Amino acid sequence: MPADRPRTLYDKIWDGHVVTEGEGGVSLLYVDLHLVHEVTSPQAFAGLRRRGLKVRARDRTLATADHVTPTRSLNIAAAGELAAKQLRSLEENCEEFGIRLYTMGHKYRGIVHVIGPELGLTQPGQTIVCGDSHTSTHGAFGALAFGIGTTEVEYVLASQCLLERKMGNLRVECEGRLRPGVTSKDLILALISKIGVDGGAGHVIEYAGPAVRRLSMESRMTICNMSIEAGARAGLISPDDTTFEYVAGREFAPKGPEWDRALNRWRTLPSDPGAPFDKTVSLDVSGLEPFISFGTNPSMAIPIRSRIPDPAAIADAVEREQVVRALKYMDLGAGEPVIDQKIDVVFIGSCTNARIEDMREAARIFRGRKVSEGVRALVVPGSEQVRREAESEGLDRVFTEAGAEWRLPGCSMCLGMNGDHLAAGQRSVSTSNRNFEGRQGPGGRTMLGSPLTAAAAAVTGKVTDPRELLRA
Amino acid sequence: MKRFRTFATRAVAIAFDDIDTDQIIPARYLTTVDRTGLGGHLFHDWRYGGDGEPMPEFALNRPEAEGARLLIAGRNFGCGSSREHAVWALMDHGFDAVIAPSFADIFRKNALRNGLLPIRVDGEMYTACIEEAASRATFIVDLENSVVTTPARTIPFRIDPFARNCLLEGLDELSYILCHDEAISAFEASNPSGSSIIPPRPARRGR
Ligand code: SF4
Repeated sequence: MPADRPRTLYDKIWDGHVVTEGEGGVSLLYVDLHLVHEVTSPQAFAGLRRRGLKVRARDRTLATADHVTPTRSLNIAAAGELAAKQLRSLEENCEEFGIRLYTMGHKYRGIVHVIGPELGLTQPGQTIVCGDSHTSTHGAFGALAFGIGTTEVEYVLASQCLLERKMGNLRVECEGRLRPGVTSKDLILALISKIGVDGGAGHVIEYAGPAVRRLSMESRMTICNMSIEAGARAGLISPDDTTFEYVAGREFAPKGPEWDRALNRWRTLPSDPGAPFDKTVSLDVSGLEPFISFGTNPSMAIPIRSRIPDPAAIADAVEREQVVRALKYMDLGAGEPVIDQKIDVVFIGSCTNARIEDMREAARIFRGRKVSEGVRALVVPGSEQVRREAESEGLDRVFTEAGAEWRLPGCSMCLGMNGDHLAAGQRSVSTSNRNFEGRQGPGGRTMLGSPLTAAAAAVTGKVTDPRELLRA
Repeated sequence: MKRFRTFATRAVAIAFDDIDTDQIIPARYLTTVDRTGLGGHLFHDWRYGGDGEPMPEFALNRPEAEGARLLIAGRNFGCGSSREHAVWALMDHGFDAVIAPSFADIFRKNALRNGLLPIRVDGEMYTACIEEAASRATFIVDLENSVVTTPARTIPFRIDPFARNCLLEGLDELSYILCHDEAISAFEASNPSGSSIIPPRPARRGR
């Protein structure tokens, strides 16, 4: 390839990881980091055992327990018999195959996409996979990170490689500056409502522009995390000083002369000026309001001061039918303001918004206030490290004094596998990433929003513009 | 993986767009360490009411759905979670192919890895498929010739030649990948992202 052809960040990572180029555009791609959790790995380990294979790169594989772990107790039995069996199976598999595991009680345990970055495992320029669609989170560091199925988990365990076809490259140019009280969660919900749940299908998204440059790593991760909700397997942000500062000094980050070498390499990663993208979308973030979802997929989200769409005003028949179904499921009235809609539960957590910055944001609202009568509020930190840090700052007391529950880290009510779930008919405001029917429990109704929006709903018992409470 | 053979079947249509994998198999059924036995939970919360009774109007519960091996779904089928359990549940229930105007990227890959054929059909042909499914037509799914035939029409479809070959031969990619062992070792010796990251723990299996 001629050196003068400008390349995107995606091109550079791709080119740097092709082991062999096969026929028909299918390449063998090397995986630098493989993260493993209890739900999507048991069948992969069984496959290795059946074939008599070992794990090829134990020094590039790390496992954690997060999806089914109890959040009230360190005793795995608390999550139920099947969940406990799955956790024990992960422990046995990791012991048998020699994989480092952070299980219940370990100081580094947490949601897989929270711990990768905070341990410095996630580094610019890497290829990262995990049997989990929100692996896109790690793209915030300028790493090509995407979710895979269990069969591919087995392939990567055995070979450290995947057969991949290069995807399209979509650039999302974010202009302007977010206003106070408006977060990167609102930005990504606004984007998905604009391009749709398959707007990024077949593509890797690169988020660029001044609005992205100004964001912290935590906020960038929230954006890349939800790339999959726009249909894109991976989201990327070119690394910069904010990235390097975040990685520096972390447990598994390069140290000493290795750090200097890494830094030199990382500085060459950002997309070259003029590098070609297959598609570009622009988003001016200056006018954005807090966003909240009203429907049953993440593209059904609106500015918090607007009205719930009236299907009668939707021209496209398929879309109209989808909104009719969604409003019926959510028990929300067409054309009504979304503000003041009553809610039952608030969930602050998940790989989208359970990092320390999110805990601090939520605490800004809870401080000196009480959770509204009849509302249940759960605050679930993303990892043991986040939990300890929050506790050292006294945030846990802010939550518990307000009447919210402060739990142990895990996926918890994001997908309701561990016993934390909505009851049928309950409506939540949740900082997680999916408002699919039944996602937080059968019959549960999820409205997605930022930690500020969720905390504001907790203290008022209804959908509330968090900026009103921030001013007060 | 078993070899993909031409088959004739009736089709069931659940023609909504953006059907996510949480609908195909709800998370609470993922606490399994096996690939089998998920068919009973396929589309669980659409198929059964809160009381556990089947919802008679749901497509899979209709008598004509019995034994159907072809599902017709809407655009962006299988979006959301990467859970391969969605594919396992569809296959365990008896589906061997899905027709949709488009598939979510991860779902499509998972389907191909297990021998579930994703068939992309859109526009008028797609509408015709739904009509023919409703009139209980027999569909013949022929991967060798990349075509679906019904009494009324012939619907050609495109599929990645590599994936097609794997399905027809019943090959799984791992054997192919492992043939490149030397190339992988060579790559590892000069990986631009640096050498190992995590100090490993000792393994009981292998070295
Ligand atoms: S927090 Fe939710 S979205 Fe994230 S990994 Fe866990 S279950 Fe998946």
